[in-house]
Amino acid sequence: MSKVLEIKELKAKIGDKNILKGLNLALEEGKVHAIMGPNGAGKSTLSKAIVGHYNVEVTDGEIIYNGKNIVEEEPEERALDGIFLSFQNPVEVPGVNNAYFLRTAVNARRKHLGLPELNAAEFLREMKALVSELGMKPELINRSLNEGFSGGEKKRNEILQMMMLEPNVVILDEIDSGLDIDALRAVSEGINKMKDGKRSFLVITHYSRILDYIKPDYIHVLKDGQIVHTGGPELVEQLEEEGYSSFEEK
Amino acid sequence: MAQEEVNKAIAGEYNLGFEIDIEQDTVPPGLNEDVIKFISAKKDEPEWMLELRLKAYHKWLEMEEPTWGKVEYEPIDYQSISYFSAPKKAPESLDEVDPKILEAYEKLGIPLEEQKQLQGIAVDAVVDSVSVKTTYTEELKKHGIIFCSISEAIRDYPELIKKYMYSVVPMTDNFFAALNSAVFTDGTFVYIPKGVRCPMELSTYFRINAMNTGQFERTLIVADEGSYVSYNEGCSAPMRDDNQLHAAVVELIAMKDAEIKYSTIQNWYPGDEEGKGGIYNFVTKRGICEGENSKISWTQVETGSSITWKYPSCILKGDNSVGEFYSVAVTTLAQQADTGTKMIHLGKNTSSTIISKGISAMKGQNTYRGLVKIGANADGARNYSECDSLLIGSECGAHTFPYLESKDNIGQVEHEATTTKISDEQLFYLRQRGINEEDAVSMIVHGFCKEVFSQLPMEYAVEARALLELTLEGSVG
Repeated sequence: MSKVLEIKELKAKIGDKNILKGLNLALEEGKVHAIMGPNGAGKSTLSKAIVGHYNVEVTDGEIIYNGKNIVEEEPEERALDGIFLSFQNPVEVPGVNNAYFLRTAVNARRKHLGLPELNAAEFLREMKALVSELGMKPELINRSLNEGFSGGEKKRNEILQMMMLEPNVVILDEIDSGLDIDALRAVSEGINKMKDGKRSFLVITHYSRILDYIKPDYIHVLKDGQIVHTGGPELVEQLEEEGYSSFEEK
Repeated sequence: MAQEEVNKAIAGEYNLGFEIDIEQDTVPPGLNEDVIKFISAKKDEPEWMLELRLKAYHKWLEMEEPTWGKVEYEPIDYQSISYFSAPKKAPESLDEVDPKILEAYEKLGIPLEEQKQLQGIAVDAVVDSVSVKTTYTEELKKHGIIFCSISEAIRDYPELIKKYMYSVVPMTDNFFAALNSAVFTDGTFVYIPKGVRCPMELSTYFRINAMNTGQFERTLIVADEGSYVSYNEGCSAPMRDDNQLHAAVVELIAMKDAEIKYSTIQNWYPGDEEGKGGIYNFVTKRGICEGENSKISWTQVETGSSITWKYPSCILKGDNSVGEFYSVAVTTLAQQADTGTKMIHLGKNTSSTIISKGISAMKGQNTYRGLVKIGANADGARNYSECDSLLIGSECGAHTFPYLESKDNIGQVEHEATTTKISDEQLFYLRQRGINEEDAVSMIVHGFCKEVFSQLPMEYAVEARALLELTLEGSVG
């Protein structure tokens, strides 16, 4: 199996606090990896480190993507190369039209890939089809980006962006938080539809509920800044029953 | 990402700071009766105009400079300013316009010839104290429209000038208006006759070029019953270490069923980061909706000047008349702006809308100051005001001073205000989607301004966007 993204001995801190303490992880092409772990273990920090968030300072180790270390790359370069993060709490951007924003992003990515840009009509046709598929209100297309969206609408909007941008690696940070059962189903269906045997997923979650909908190939247990255990889907049950305490730190 | 990068992005560079190398005819600095007589003589004015100027001058001597604005600057020495400067050769026709001036206008992106003519925009170009060229005058004359420099209008249409000049902004209205009334040098006059819809955009371009001079232009627009006109002004100045004073007066008069749309793109030199140099933009703009169902709409995009002090206002005298004010004011570097509007509701069922967007970055200070006044007989008057501020960085400031005076209980007044900051998290979100930092900042800023930009005529909306793009240039370090 070829590795799409490989994290080697990654150490990272936020402010003065060391969060990731020599983390190792490899994402395989076309697979769904789930990261589970208790609060404060460093799950969100890991996702932020991969996309180059300004709060996270990588002090050691490598993140190898497409054969090169991307630790020093700008966030937009990583995004254009196909790394997508679905944010845990998507920020509101007043005044920036949702469709205009997404078309700019989609065309930036297409240009980067050497594809022709989508004109407004082509773009809207695709966007509208996906909006209805995700069960979003059509008026959200022309609202300001995430402004006044409910929690569920924000998450659906993240998945809409993912579907339009067609990334190679999708990181879903607590995609299930704040979702009711209908929204959870719609979001999961959107994600499952994007599985094409090539695209890799990193599902970061606190609860196992989402994993009933998005079937993981691998489960990684993250504790105190390190991956302490890796196993198959059967690990979910064990975690449900025994909690994280049964997994000792390395 | 570093805040300095964003600052650098916002500040951009002033690229209109060149000086046009043309021969100038400039009076020595100082202000006295002789200087006013000199200006009047240069303009070949009738005696009555000189008398009005001298009257304004004597009133001005008794007045005091206003200090209530939230702006700080060293006292202005009015005796160190030159009050008249003109390109030496007065052009008779297009062919005689100094090629250097035409070239300068090309550099400014305002070709007087092909481009604007293709777009069907009539232009009056004012360099320092004189109008150097007015296009399309003959074409407009066929519709009975007068579009000329104010100096010509004083000579050729004295009755209209006597009737309307000082009728909206009295010569003693305020300190700077009085100074302008004494020494104004040029500007534009527009008259649209009854029932005529002006077939093209009218526009004036102002350029301060000479050193140590002030620019004091006066614009007067009269829209007679049932007429319509859309008028635009733009401006720029060379980069200089000294501050230069620009004290203009604009008067608009809309008769019954008439509409005037007045748009400004103000890009005077803003000075440097430490607040050195730049234009003091102290301007009085006011319109009166004289007749029923008349409408005056002000739209301004203010990106230049070291200090801006202006309040384009509407007196809503006619019943059912409408006043609008749409403004984007950007203060970056060490710029200070104290701007807003006054909506004076006198007639019945008059309505006004105020949309003000202030953007502050670096050490910029942005103040909205607005007055909504509802008179005793203004039954059914309505106002809606929205004042939004966008802060970029932590050294800048935004201030809002809305005033309301109501003598009428029936009026309906709404005011909304917000202050937001471009957050690192917003920028990061857009960058994570593959949009570079520069484009991300500009996307947020444009989004913030779009209600106002949508009010500009199309060609000017493009210009305004380009101007913002330019100030955002060079973002990613």
